[in-house]
Amino acid sequence: MAHEFICTVCPRGCHLRVDDDMNVTGNSCPRGVKYAIAEVTAPTRVVTSTVRINGAALRRCPVRTAAPIPKGLMGEAVKALSDVTLTAPVETGDVVIADVLGTGVDFIATKTFAKV
Amino acid sequence: MKDYELIVVGGGPAGLAAAAGAWEAGLRKILIVERDVELGGILNQCIHNGFGLHYFKEELTGPEYAGRFIKRLAGTDIEVLSDTMVLDVTEGPAVLVSGRECGCRLIQADSVVLAMGCRERTRGAISIPGSRPAGIFTAGTAQRYINIEGYMVGSRVVILGSGDIGLIMARRLTLEGAKVLACVEVMPHPGGLSRNIAQCLNDFNIPLYLSHTVTDIIGKDRVEKVIVSQVDERRRPIPGTEMEFECDTLLLSVGLIPENELSRRAGIEIDPRTNGPVVYGSMETSMPGVFACGNVVHVHDLVDNVSDEGERAGRSAAEYVLGGDKDAAPDGKAVSLKNGEGVTYTVPQHIYPSAGAADVYFRVAHTFDKSVIRVLDDGEEVLSFRRARMAPGEMEKITIPADKAAALKGTVTVLAQEA
Ligand SMILES: Cc1cc2nc3c(=O)[nH]c(=O)nc-3n(C[C@H](O)[C@H](O)[C@H](O)COP(=O)(O)OP(=O)(O)OC[C@H]3O[C@@H](n4cnc5c(N)ncnc54)[C@H](O)[C@@H]3O)c2cc1C
Ligand code: SF4
Repeated sequence: MAHEFICTVCPRGCHLRVDDDMNVTGNSCPRGVKYAIAEVTAPTRVVTSTVRINGAALRRCPVRTAAPIPKGLMGEAVKALSDVTLTAPVETGDVVIADVLGTGVDFIATKTFAKV
Repeated sequence: MKDYELIVVGGGPAGLAAAAGAWEAGLRKILIVERDVELGGILNQCIHNGFGLHYFKEELTGPEYAGRFIKRLAGTDIEVLSDTMVLDVTEGPAVLVSGRECGCRLIQADSVVLAMGCRERTRGAISIPGSRPAGIFTAGTAQRYINIEGYMVGSRVVILGSGDIGLIMARRLTLEGAKVLACVEVMPHPGGLSRNIAQCLNDFNIPLYLSHTVTDIIGKDRVEKVIVSQVDERRRPIPGTEMEFECDTLLLSVGLIPENELSRRAGIEIDPRTNGPVVYGSMETSMPGVFACGNVVHVHDLVDNVSDEGERAGRSAAEYVLGGDKDAAPDGKAVSLKNGEGVTYTVPQHIYPSAGAADVYFRVAHTFDKSVIRVLDDGEEVLSFRRARMAPGEMEKITIPADKAAALKGTVTVLAQEA
């Protein structure tokens, strides 16, 4: 069965088509081919959310996975964050949860907070 | 002597880039005035990824993107006045500010960059009938509550409008445990980027109802349900097509309006198509020495373009200040840009042919498959660009090369046609 979907690697959003023999059409650059094959075989996403933070000017610290993780794990990954409370100071890039759900990918902070 | 060479109004990505651009072009007395307690503007609440692919060649979240620029500023002597509101911009130019630390005072500058961003259209602006219970938010307000304040807004949600903020919030709410029942769009095409339709709706099987709108809101204290109806080509609800959604929350993602109260009061010419100041290629407005960039000029969907525009405004302000003769316009006469068929506006609205290559941004009126963008000078074609696909939700950009720009004489028209 052929698959059709939108390439999300860059904001251009090319409309990709993958046929049964894994031939990709509709892409404007090679990254689209890589994405299309991954999307059909093992789709992944970068997950973003927030966690509690104490001792900072704000109450939530934004986080993301340092790399894409399997799409099916998105919901569980966000749930894992509800057990985490950070304490300022926090630097952009600090590890919030190491090796999320055994994926080998960390959740990292995406904002710097000074201690107040 | 004036207090500053440049005052930047607003510390979002546009203002940050303008300040950085002006610093790199040689200005040394620069002040950024920001009404919020921190720099970064709307990026602080946009915790999702998808920023910076063009500018930094990597995919960042909003706070990370802002963080890069804030770091760049840390290496300069650019001053920041936060928690301070600009109340007025007057000729001179001068800026009237009010803040806890500085009180209320008038600051004189050689030049000003307007970078106030935009704000969301509200329910009032699009007038939905029905009662007025709690549980109705603009998507950006909900985003701020969840991502910055840490409050959840509801558990069963309908989203009206398929603008990017609404789409991003559909995913965010779902991942936080809410049920998003539907995204409803009055137009026959989605308002946001295709990638957001894919990643925020399709990934979570959230239905998108195109050519539909909310026709009633029911609930006493809190929203209890909303009625959604199909609309005809003229956007009138079709009786008999009503669907009922039981929900406690309605998010409105019905568009953004450039925030130009300051510009209007200052007497700066506003373009009714963009609701932003009319600008030249240098991003100068109709008031000499006052420049504008970012969402205050026209609503951008990519922050990378905002940063480019901001840097250009900052560099132009520096040229204006360091150039000596303040009254000297660039050589020659400016030509005006008009939108032709299939195009809804252009920014800039005027360019100086002698000023070199010109980037022109615009939006198309409807979706196009294989298509061509034509640039006409007094009706005669001077340039054309091919596109595989264009959509109103995605801003288009063309560059008129320096030699072609130099030859422009009459009224320049940008139009789009199916190929
Ligand atoms: C929800 C959302 C999602 C987005 N997603 C993406 C994305 O995935 N990828 C992408 O590339 N782009 C995205 N964008 C677009 C991009 O973030 C914006 O276009 C960009 O942030 C606009 O920058 P700006 O500086 O013009 O405005 P803003 O960020 O709004 O900054 C304006 C600043 O001016 C200040 N200000 C206003 N008036 C005054 C005053 N009178 N005195 C003092 N200060 C004042 C405000 O407080 C604010 O800090 C998104 C935008 C939104 C809203
Ligand atoms: S195929 Fe290439 S150009 Fe098209 S959306 Fe994907 S990454 Fe962007």
